[in-house]
Amino acid sequence: MPHFPKPAEGSWTAHYPQLGTAPVSYEDSISPAYFEREREAIFARSWLNVGRVEQLPRKGSYFSKELDAARTSVVIVRGTDDEVRAFHNICRHRGNKLVWQDYPGEETAGVCRQFTCKYHGWRYSLEGDLTFVQQEGEFFDLDKADYGLAPVRCEVWEGFIFVNLDKSDSTPLRDYLGELARGIEGYPFGEMTQVYKYRAEVGSNWKLFIDAFTEFYHAPVLHARQAVSAEAQKLQGFGYEALHYAIDGPHGMVSSWGGMSPPKDLNMVKPIERVLHSGLFGPWEAPIEIDELPPGLNPARAPQWGEDSFLFFPNFMILIWKPNWYLTYHYWPTAYNKHIFEGTLYFVPPRDVRERLGQELAAVTFKEYALQDGNTLEATQTMLESRAVTQFPLGDQEILLRHLHHVTHEWVDDYEKAH
Amino acid sequence: MATLPTEFADLEPFSDWCLEFERERYAKRLSSSMDEMQAFYDAAFPRLEAIIEYLDRFDLNALPEDASHLLWLSYSLVNVSFPIEVWRQPRVPDSGAASMDVIVEPAV
Repeated sequence: MPHFPKPAEGSWTAHYPQLGTAPVSYEDSISPAYFEREREAIFARSWLNVGRVEQLPRKGSYFSKELDAARTSVVIVRGTDDEVRAFHNICRHRGNKLVWQDYPGEETAGVCRQFTCKYHGWRYSLEGDLTFVQQEGEFFDLDKADYGLAPVRCEVWEGFIFVNLDKSDSTPLRDYLGELARGIEGYPFGEMTQVYKYRAEVGSNWKLFIDAFTEFYHAPVLHARQAVSAEAQKLQGFGYEALHYAIDGPHGMVSSWGGMSPPKDLNMVKPIERVLHSGLFGPWEAPIEIDELPPGLNPARAPQWGEDSFLFFPNFMILIWKPNWYLTYHYWPTAYNKHIFEGTLYFVPPRDVRERLGQELAAVTFKEYALQDGNTLEATQTMLESRAVTQFPLGDQEILLRHLHHVTHEWVDDYEKAH
Repeated sequence: MATLPTEFADLEPFSDWCLEFERERYAKRLSSSMDEMQAFYDAAFPRLEAIIEYLDRFDLNALPEDASHLLWLSYSLVNVSFPIEVWRQPRVPDSGAASMDVIVEPAV
């Protein structure tokens, strides 16, 4: 007997009949050849979130972003006209990477008046125009207007900066993100500027980590020891049921209850949480009042609501928590069996030490959980690669994984049919 | 050597936990024995409320040097609360060689 109502069809999965209910194969996560197809069909042609506008506080602020999966690097910059633009991170002269420090493969950020190539000193304005050529007279019929930086489509939604490497795709960002994104427009993301950002190299296919973070079926088991033991046993007895799932195009969301923030009983949580009033679900007391949540949050209008997780295909997640903070996840593939995971926590800047320590505890707790999740994945990747078993069942609480792999296949197949 | 406010002289033996950056705190946790962390936790945890009360007399963004040290020590206490209260070992269980680095953290 479910604790929370399911759609009339009897299950969330049946509510989206295109997904089917059959066991699935993870061949798409263990095949080097399949990853090569994903590079072209997905990462070279979808909107990818590369950061937030707060990373570009003034004119001339810039940061670089490595997009291994699409075999390029981009630089994002705020121009003298305050526009945010993106360019391929390559000098038009001999192809040197334009913006980097010490290690060409590492991302960098800063403020500048112009970009100067380290190699021969060619300079570009913040708007991408070639402005200076060293010994220009040595070149043949060189018109600087023909050699500006190669632009990349760049659009901003609710302060999130996205790029799209596909020059032919005319879908605007907001249309691409669809209904689920529209439903959370107006959330005060811009007030949450106290940032913790974590980065890990994970030994698994990028989709397998998304799989781990779009189902909470694992939480009462894998993370059992994070709660005090009596509470952990109770949670395992209940298992996990979401309040709501929604799918729109390639994107999906899951809405969850939030029993720990604050806990019903202080004995449910560990001693330091009792003092600092914080934990995995974040600080118990919201730092700001939000008069009315955007309609896309807590879609079931459940009083137990605690958190919503959104997956914007292919590799960007936003988690919004009831006590007014949010998290983002990014999964940047570097090989079929490796990716860079980034988890970023955003809080309203603390007004005092009590709030500051509550945020510290939430951030530390995040890392403890994520380390457990990440290492489990490496164990999954290696065993899937054994191909000893090739078909795996998925439960109704795992609908978003089923959807992610389904959409991946759809994109790869559609692209290959068209090319 | 970090110095703490005189009101917290009792925590002075643990001033090597006054570490400004998460990377340092986490490294110290991994290189400490459970006995060392238990001693630190047993001394600092009962003082946490008093620490918060003391530090909240100041503007968070203009803390005197000794108060900053006390705040960093509190961050370390938060970090070791996991080995002490939950894992009973310095590392997250089953985390093997996995690591996760902080690349952005608050200035204070």
